[in-house]
Amino acid sequence: MLFKNHGIIERNSMILLVGILLVVSIGGIVQIAPLFRIEQTIEKVDGVRPYTPLELAGRGVYIREGCYTCHSQMIRPLRDEIERYGHYSLAAESMYDHPFQWGSKRTGPDLARVGAKYSDAWHVQHLINPRSVVPESIMPPYAFLEGREIGIKDVVDKHIVAQTRVGVPYTQADIDNAKTDLMAQADPNADSEGLQARYGGKVTVRDFDGDPSKVTEMDALVAYLQVLGTMVDFKTYEPMKAENLR
Amino acid sequence: MSDKKPKDDITGVETTGHSWDGITELNNPLPRWWVLTFYACIAWAVVYWIAMPAWPTISGNTKGLLGMSDRRQVDQEVAKLVSSRAPQFAQLHATPIELVSKNKELFQFAQESGRVAFAQNCSTCHGAGGQGAKGYPSLVDDVWLWDGSIQGIRSTLQTGIRTDHPDARFSQMPSFGRDKLLEPQQIADVTQFVLTLSRQPADANAAARGAQVFATNCVACHGAEGKGDPLQGAPNLTDKEWLYGGTAQEITTQINLGRGGVMPTMSQRLDPATLDALAVYVHSLGGGT
Repeated sequence: MLFKNHGIIERNSMILLVGILLVVSIGGIVQIAPLFRIEQTIEKVDGVRPYTPLELAGRGVYIREGCYTCHSQMIRPLRDEIERYGHYSLAAESMYDHPFQWGSKRTGPDLARVGAKYSDAWHVQHLINPRSVVPESIMPPYAFLEGREIGIKDVVDKHIVAQTRVGVPYTQADIDNAKTDLMAQADPNADSEGLQARYGGKVTVRDFDGDPSKVTEMDALVAYLQVLGTMVDFKTYEPMKAENLR
Repeated sequence: MSDKKPKDDITGVETTGHSWDGITELNNPLPRWWVLTFYACIAWAVVYWIAMPAWPTISGNTKGLLGMSDRRQVDQEVAKLVSSRAPQFAQLHATPIELVSKNKELFQFAQESGRVAFAQNCSTCHGAGGQGAKGYPSLVDDVWLWDGSIQGIRSTLQTGIRTDHPDARFSQMPSFGRDKLLEPQQIADVTQFVLTLSRQPADANAAARGAQVFATNCVACHGAEGKGDPLQGAPNLTDKEWLYGGTAQEITTQINLGRGGVMPTMSQRLDPATLDALAVYVHSLGGGT
């Protein structure tokens, strides 16, 4: 019927307009509607928390230096990747990543579970001169991070607030105490009770870069790397439960 | 399409019947095979929607009749892999670790699995062959900061060194310079004394003064003769093996900062049988007794 009478649609602009709107809106709904239910793709797991201010600062350095161009943070559900890197990445593990750092290319190894795999001193030495610990590495050196103090004002006044705008549940107390928390995490002698009350007891408090006199971007980046992939407790996570299957 | 369409005389092709200024339009439809393939693709999409997980719904998504899941699939593949190695790993874990080398086949299995696990987890610090680097102990010689027996290595792998693990091996050399426990002059003197311990050329007067500093500050861990103590991870200062270098400048730096490396708690990442294999492999590189 439609095949024979398409002349009617082509000769009446209003009918044509309605037809166009109908077709375009189908495409729109198919693409947009699932995004409103995006939370249901995230597994319910214990342990994932927003980044501490120091880790957030380190994440900023990670993005600024373009680490994602060579390192992915996404262990795919493939046997050989699981053998090498550990449990495949869960959606929940990047739910507070804005923007996510899954990456699209691995010149260097995947970093999704690099946390707690190497010592802080190793990370510092490796960032200062990658070839000194991994002779075959082609990673550029990032020695300057050691001398740069963190832009605390940016992290405290801007980064955390920006994260709340895109849905990371930092509380007002988190924001008010951001500066104290940031300094406390890099100083083993500081009072870190507040930090651990806000971000959980698993938060590591250490002098990450081996220089206790100041809090540098090296501290921040190493703190960030050391937390990657360590938040989810895989002892309690049940990957084969129906709601966790994909 | 039963209407009789006029034909173009010259080409013999059907025309659309439209004519402008005496010019008529030929009708060359898409080939039939192409059209059929196109319709088949649409039909295939419908089949796929039904068979595979596809459409989002209010509380999840359609699961599909085949019940396919990447995660279940990979779980099965990993389970298959694990079960293929399970009997040997079970045997390895059940055997007292010091007796593994008695069973040739089991020893070979432990060596191979240990080598692979070493490459992925240990070589970044200890070097591809276990040769170590400045700040990272060599595993290929018989000098061990901590217990170098096979059980000792297994225990280090289990707990790590200077980690949060409650049983972790722990030693902390004070930062004599940075924390102002010693005067710069005292540090210079004791550096000269430490040089004499390993029979390197040193300033005799300074070394004599340094001996006093050493006796009050260092002997508790390094021992009166500077031979160290593997029970508390204090290195032997009389040999030629230095973790942070053995020159006067490097020794001074170490006395100033009192650095100590961290070995991660490998039992948090690897299963017990893999740790057994690693211990066997590392011990074979250059384990002490």
